[in-house]
Amino acid sequence: MRRWDVVVVGAGPAGIAAACGAAESGARVLVLDDNPAAGGQIWRNDAAQPWLERFAESGAELRTGCVATDTLPEARSYVLATGARELFVPFPGWTLPGAFGLGGMQALVKSGLEVAGKRVVVAGSGPLLLAVASLLRKRGAAVAAVVEQAGRTAMAEFGVRLLMEPEKLGQGAGLMMSLWGVPFYTGSWVESAMGRGRVERVRMRCGGRVVEQDCDAVAVGYGLLPNTELAALLGCHLAEGTVVVDEWQETSVDGVYAAGEVTGIGGVEKSLVEGEIAGLAAAGLQGQAQRLFAKRAKTHSFADGLARAFAPRAELRKLAQTDTLVCRCEDVTRGALEGMKSWREAKLQTRCGMGPCQGRVCGGATRFLFGWGADSMRPPVFPVKVESLIETRQS
Amino acid sequence: MNRRVTVIVDGRPLQVDVGTTVAAALWNAGVTAFRHSVTGEERAPLCGMGICFECRVTIDGVEHCRSCQTLCADGMQVKTS
Repeated sequence: MRRWDVVVVGAGPAGIAAACGAAESGARVLVLDDNPAAGGQIWRNDAAQPWLERFAESGAELRTGCVATDTLPEARSYVLATGARELFVPFPGWTLPGAFGLGGMQALVKSGLEVAGKRVVVAGSGPLLLAVASLLRKRGAAVAAVVEQAGRTAMAEFGVRLLMEPEKLGQGAGLMMSLWGVPFYTGSWVESAMGRGRVERVRMRCGGRVVEQDCDAVAVGYGLLPNTELAALLGCHLAEGTVVVDEWQETSVDGVYAAGEVTGIGGVEKSLVEGEIAGLAAAGLQGQAQRLFAKRAKTHSFADGLARAFAPRAELRKLAQTDTLVCRCEDVTRGALEGMKSWREAKLQTRCGMGPCQGRVCGGATRFLFGWGADSMRPPVFPVKVESLIETRQS
Repeated sequence: MNRRVTVIVDGRPLQVDVGTTVAAALWNAGVTAFRHSVTGEERAPLCGMGICFECRVTIDGVEHCRSCQTLCADGMQVKTS
């Protein structure tokens, strides 16, 4: 007899909702996560989160600090809730210590990184900008500037959409209020970061002007990219960088479900409702799952609006110079990649994407810069010790 | 309320709050060179969530540990490169 009915990969909102949906109906559920605790990025170190309390009482078993390699524990069905990472667009100076991702800075601050009294420039695109700037200010940082690449028109259109969702509009207004007095530039971006041994200053393109700003750190992120590696390895059909699912959140592979950012970037509400549907469907409770379809449709409309308003602009492709590194694991410059015709050719000729991150950073960057895509996924999904691979074969 | 633990960073004891990741503790202590890249550049955390591998350090003798995914524990030995 199998030990598990449902194995959920990822303990962010989607994974937690899936686990609750399945476990509360009596299914034996195992949840695996790479992080030190459940909650994903949004609820990192957020002990007061009601979903986390519900999850703790659901009967699902949680194992943290686990990386999925190429084998998963045997189960009747699986829910992939592997979330998303950031789109990093290379710019001169982005490899200097003190140049963080936007979500990266947020995750680090929630993990104990101290920013009190530090001057931080917050840049990139999307609703995360305001959330991160607000968090930094709350922790005592001097937010020197908030720099949004989307233009004022796109932002305004997105704002109009929010009028249909008063709760989100309220959240946005609250965030703006918490940032009173902080320079907020739209249609603007960080061109380069400079400093001796660490970031000390950034150069920004604000409208037509170049603005220089002294700072202790810069946080830059241009939105999110789904973590599709495990789904690809399991043979799930992907389209446009997301995992394709049917109305039950089931992928093209029988018994493998996917929910949350991995099926398309859309935020916490989308993740929760998709997770609930996936968990219920995986446990055979289609009737209950169906009742959530209308709620899900609403979150998808919000997701479409997000993608349109904050699509990264073409000018950002010109930020990386010939000597700017694109692949940080193997130190491959943009110059070395020019003239390559594909991701595969770049890997073979330059080792781009062949380091420990396995293209998680430069893969998204080269897709944005050159339009390349990865054409295969090979195990293990994350680098692991050889002895771990041997152990999984023996058990 | 905040319990403290002591980690040893490159031979130097460092007191941090329970729940702090090794990456956050190192940065707070002024470490900017977590590792050296293949061409010798100093590197520090980027993604904060376990995907970029820039924050790799040696923890209790195990090389290439992602410091952003590891919580500080009492007596933990951390070596940067």
